[in-house]
Formats: sequence, C-alpha cells, structure tokens
Amino acid sequence: MLKNMPISAMIGLSFTALYFLMALFAPLIAPYGMAEVVGDVWEPSSSEFLLGTDNIGRDLLTRLIYGGRTTIFIATMATILSFVTGAVLGFFAAVSGGWIDQVLSRFVDLIMSIPSLIFALVVLSVMPTTMFILIVLMGLLDSTRVYRLARAVAVDITVMDYVEAARLRGEKTAWIIFREILPNALSPLVAEMGLRFIFMVLFISTLSFLGLGVQPPQADWGGIVKENKEGINYGIQAALYPAYAIATLCISINLVADWILNRTTSLKGGRG
Amino acid sequence: MTQDTLLRVRGLKIGATIYPPGERPRDIEIVHGVDFDLAPGKVLGLIGESGAGKSTIGLAAMAYGRGGVELTGGEVHVNGRDILQSGLRDVRRLRGAEVTYVSQSAAASFNPAKKIMEQVIEAAVFQNKFSKKDAEARAIELFRKLGLPDPETIGNRYPHQVSGGQLQRCMTALALCPEPDLVVFDEPTTALDVTTQIDVLAAIKEAIRDTGVAALYITHDLAVVAQVSDHIMVLRMGEMVEYGTVDQIINDPQEEYTQALVSVRSINHEEKLPTDNPLLRVEGVTARYKGTNFDVLKNINVELHPGQTLAVVGESGSGKSTLARVITGLLPPSAGTITFDGRTLTPDLPTRPLDDLRELQMIYQMADTAMNPRQTVGTLIGRPLEFYFGLKGKEKQTRIQELLDEIELGEGFQDRYPAELSGGQKQRVCIARALAAKPKLIICDEVTSALDPLVADGILKLLLKLQKIEDVSFLFITHDLATVKAIADSIAVMYQGEVVRYGPKSQVLSPPFDDYTDLLLSSVPEMKLGWLEEVLESRKMESAGN
Repeated sequence: MLKNMPISAMIGLSFTALYFLMALFAPLIAPYGMAEVVGDVWEPSSSEFLLGTDNIGRDLLTRLIYGGRTTIFIATMATILSFVTGAVLGFFAAVSGGWIDQVLSRFVDLIMSIPSLIFALVVLSVMPTTMFILIVLMGLLDSTRVYRLARAVAVDITVMDYVEAARLRGEKTAWIIFREILPNALSPLVAEMGLRFIFMVLFISTLSFLGLGVQPPQADWGGIVKENKEGINYGIQAALYPAYAIATLCISINLVADWILNRTTSLKGGRG
Repeated sequence: MTQDTLLRVRGLKIGATIYPPGERPRDIEIVHGVDFDLAPGKVLGLIGESGAGKSTIGLAAMAYGRGGVELTGGEVHVNGRDILQSGLRDVRRLRGAEVTYVSQSAAASFNPAKKIMEQVIEAAVFQNKFSKKDAEARAIELFRKLGLPDPETIGNRYPHQVSGGQLQRCMTALALCPEPDLVVFDEPTTALDVTTQIDVLAAIKEAIRDTGVAALYITHDLAVVAQVSDHIMVLRMGEMVEYGTVDQIINDPQEEYTQALVSVRSINHEEKLPTDNPLLRVEGVTARYKGTNFDVLKNINVELHPGQTLAVVGESGSGKSTLARVITGLLPPSAGTITFDGRTLTPDLPTRPLDDLRELQMIYQMADTAMNPRQTVGTLIGRPLEFYFGLKGKEKQTRIQELLDEIELGEGFQDRYPAELSGGQKQRVCIARALAAKPKLIICDEVTSALDPLVADGILKLLLKLQKIEDVSFLFITHDLATVKAIADSIAVMYQGEVVRYGPKSQVLSPPFDDYTDLLLSSVPEMKLGWLEEVLESRKMESAGN
C-alpha cells in the first residue's frame, strides 16, 4: 500500500505525522515552559530563541508547539464527535426512512441555514468558554455536514438487495447500520474525515482569533496570531508563523485525504 | 484485395490492464488472435459467454477499445484498409459512415434530452453522407421498414416517450441511416422481453435483408443468432472454438463446447402431483404501491405444495416480483390473505414471528448486490446459523462447510469475499445462505437470468437436487419459459397484474391456449432455422412492445 504512494501523499503524510508527533510530545520538545516569560518583547530570532519571542517576551517556538497541541487536540476530538453523531444519525435516518428521516433531515437543514461561525459566536457569548464546550459545540455544528454525507451514502446502500435480505432475516436496525451499511460507507466517510478535520482547525483558529476560543494563557495557533497581530505593523513576523503552521497542516492533510479518496473511489479495484 | 471481403480480421489480439486490489496493475490479453472474414451483405453471429471477448471483437471492427482495452496486435481490414494502422482522422471517417454500432441498452445510449430524429440522422449528416433533409427522409423510410408506429412523427418524440422495443428499433434506424457497409449489433435484444424481442429481431432481420448491409451480430443466445445469421463463430475466453454455417453449428456441432451450448436446457423434470395440504396459499391478494392509483396485483389466487415448484411467469411489469414482495411482507397487500404452513401470515414484515421469517427465504436475481461485498462467504452463510439457531464457533464452522459442500463449492471458500467469486459461485453462495435457515419455502426471483446459459443450467440442476434432499418448495419467478419447463410442477402465467393461466405444468403448457400464453410460448426462440418466420405467420396477438 505504501509502495505505490504518490510523492504528494508522501509529503502530506510526513508533515501531518510531524505535526501530530510534535503535539503529542510537546512538553519534551519545547525548549521553555508554555507561559514562561523568557526574554524581551518581540526579540528577533537567535540561537537562544529560534523563532524569536512574542508580544510579552515568551519563546515563540514553545508557544507554537504548545499551540499546535491545543489546536490539534480540539480539532481531533471535535472531528470524532461530529463523525460519530453525524454518521449514526445519518445512517439511522436512511434506514428508517419516512417521518423519522423527514424530521431529522429538516432539523439539520434548519441548523445548516444559520452560518456556523455566527451560531458559534452566539452560543459562546452565553456559555463559558471551556475546552469541553468548544469541542461539543464544534463537533455538533459540524455533524450536520457529516449527517448529510452519511445519509446520502447510506440511502444508496439501503436499496441494495443485501440490506433487504437482512431485513427479511429479521435483523435489528443496529445490525443493519453497523454490519451491513457502515463497512460499505466507510471509505467516503474516512476521506471526508480528513477534510472536516481541516475545517475544524480553521474553525477553532478563527474562534481563538476572535477571542472566543481558547483562552490565555493557553496557547493555540489562532490565539498566537491574535496576540502578535500588532507586530505586523512593525515588520515583525511573529504573527505569521502560526499562520504558516495552519496553512501547512491544512495542505498536507488535504494531500493525504486526496490520496485516500483516489484510492477508494477508483473503479479499478480500489475497493479491496 | 478483392471486393468480396468487406471485413477481414487476421490474428487480432486485444489486451487490457487490470488493477487487482493490493497488487501492482498488470497487462492481460483478453483476445488471443482471432481470424475471420465477412463478405458484403452477410451476417456473422459472434456467440459466447460473458468474458468470451465477443463485444470486444465487435468493437475492434471500428478500431475502438472500450474502457481501457487496447488493440495490441493483428490486422483489421475494412474495405481493404487496415484500420488499426490508420490515423485517428481516418478512423473518424470510418465510424458512423462505413461501420456503425447498435448497443445493448438503447435506453442508456440515447441522449434523453434530444429528440429521436436529431440523434438518428446525426452521424449521416456529420459524415456528409446526406443533407439534413435527405437524411430525415431516409430515417422515416427506415422507421417504416422497421415497423415503428407513426413513422412520420415518431422522430419528434423524446427517447422516454417510446417503449424499450421501439427505442431499440430506433437505434437500428440510427445505425442504418448513413448507409453503412457494416453494422455491429451488440446484444440488441438481450434487455428486452421475449415477446418484444421477437419483433425487434424480425425488424432487424428484414432491415438487414432489404438494405444489403453486412452485420456482426453479437449475443449469448444461440437460438437468437440462428435466426439472423449466415455464419456463426463460437468464442470462448478470447479464442475461437468453432466457425461454421448456422446449419452446421446448430445441427452438427463439432466441438464439445458448442455441443454443450446447443444442448443446454435439456433438464427433464417429472411433474409432481398436488397434495391435500398446500404449503403456501395466496387467496384474493390485491396490492398497490404507495402513492400510485392502480393495483399492481389484482385478485391473485395460487397454491404451492410441499416439496414442489410453482413457477410464476410473465414479462417485466406483469407483477411477478411484486407478488414475491407481498408474500415476504415487504409490501402489505390491500386485500386478501396468505396462508403459510397452516398459519395466516401477518401482512407486514415487522410483525412476523422469527419462525415465519426463517421458513421463508429468498434468492435474488443479482447475486452481486444480494451479498454484502465487505463480508466473507463464511460470515454471509454463518449469520443465519447464528441468528436463527444460535450456532457458534466450531459448530458453526462445521455447518458452514456442510452447506458449502451441499452447493458443490467445497473447501477454501469460507474466507473469500464475494468479489473473488465467479457469477455462478456467487449465486451458489446465495443459495447456501437461504438453505442455512432450514426454510420450507424459497422464493427464487429470476435467479438464473443474469447468468450464462451453461452456468444457469448448473444452478437449476443444483436447485432440483436440493429440493429432493431438503424437501423445500420453490416459488420460481422468471420470464424464461425454457427454465419453467425444466423445473416447474405447476405454473402461473401473469399478465398486467393478473394470473391469466394457472395449473399443473402439463395442463398449462398444452393447448388450447389463451391468447397471451400462446404469444409468450411462441416467442421463446427455438434453436432451428426458419423458426422466426414460422412464428410470425401464426401469431394471434400483438406483443406489448408495439
């Protein structure tokens, strides 16, 4: 499987792995403490501070590593939540059909008709901004998209004879969803997962940039941009590094997702 | 080259690249050097099972390889030019002018957004054979020759506004419009009902004769090809098995494989007499689909006796599959009752007790879609064992292997996925899955229609054998009367939602016939010369396709 991997996917996969490993082992890699003030404001890069320091003199590299940890953790958890809820509800709607499908689908349409950023801002302005609330909010908002995809895929599968055969056998809905439909719907869902993860990274970064996401002194990429954005006026790069990090992570995951999508949707025997 | 050979094929080799899952792509050869000649105005029948390479060879006459198929070697001469050596520009001049093509599914080949006339004359006008006006006049002439209703105006309709048989004839007109020298017919009647097939066949035959065009006629049905061809070439796995005149192939086949093809459907089944206690009794069943305002089934009354086979025969749309859905509980009837083994079945599926579900199993037409592609054969057959009888572990394994032996597959199949099985093997696994539930009744919905004749024969023999061993009853839904003759004890003929003829096999299949049964019986192609003409002479009723 790895032998025939295109170069683009290889690059994507190595960058993705790099970011995840950095997030996992942040305390071991980071040269300083996360909120430790170690130098002057916006010091240029030196052997001491590889990327310089930030707006109150913390080491920027350390902030970036810890920030990646927060961002990736929140995005991962929210993606998992959105997939579990979205896929289960989507499959359930497709298998049940009738009014259950109608009620669920119209409710999802209703949620989707409100721009998710605005929805999130409204909710976060009344709820406490903890990591748990952020994950649940982002996960549930995004599960509407997953629901749409899962339902569409499952509707195609539920009309197959093998699902009818399972129904005639007298199988329960849970068996039909998890044993008959899920294995056949997995590849498009996995490919979609990569893309949704990216949107999660962008979403949490946006929220933090607006000050409603991860709260200081916790670091996260969107937050670092916000803290250092004044520096750009003085030609200081500090705000750009987290932006680079967001961009490279997004592109590399996109490359991997593309590759998976190619492999699984090709008619040339990819569905192994 | 002299003018008495229109198409000359020498050492034709065709290859393709396959992509096995988890392996490197590799090249395979699917046609291994085929030679034949075709004289102007003659018809050559190419016959073989799926995968024999017959369609691929047919398309090679247009220098075309479909779906990544490549013409790797040999020569194909059309009117003296080797078209495999010609450039794309020359090939473009050839296609749609000298050689044209009629595909299996006209419904999928016509553009639904354009009127029929526009599409019929497209090639002729594009190739500058005729002006638009002349081409239209010729198309109307062809419509008339092909026996289409309202030849002057049918061209103004859209493809969905004519029936399947009519559309197939429009496609023949499309192919004949540019006055080609050669037409490739790729299974033109396979997707049609028997009674429609016969009309299309007659129309094609007449059109070929009148226009003096040569044709390659590709089909898997020897009886059909015998009606239209002058010569027949039997193909198997990309190689020629036998070549001869129709008369010789049908009456004096030399090769063993050809003999098997000719003698297919020679199963003899002794009819069993009805008993006092029918296993299944369908009384006054009427049903309609939600949101429609007509009954698909009208007052159906049939009985099925233990250990016997009831064949339900009819064309598409006659309601035979709907009857199966009503019996299984997928579609609750609006009136009538169904008694099974002395108990009255509840009308809809969720309210039926598990034993009713277990004793009534179903086998589908398409084994491909009837098996979850992500489950192994072991899981597929094992699930009913575990679900109905609570078998686990070793006990389950042994039972699965017993069932596999029963369907003549043997060892080493438990861990395979459906994709790793051939069409016949897949259908056998579906049979094993139904048997695993120890049913009293198995509903077989067109189980052999998607299979090649020899494979279908094997499946029918297996079903008859299993019926003897397990004493199970079959409700056999089919449109194929040859199958019915082979396995049924009693027959119900369905037409537009009604049972028009019902009784023991010998009675249903002997005269006097009602008009519809006569039409149906006479439409089944027979493997003899001149059958088509005889039938058309003696028919009492117009077929539904007109």
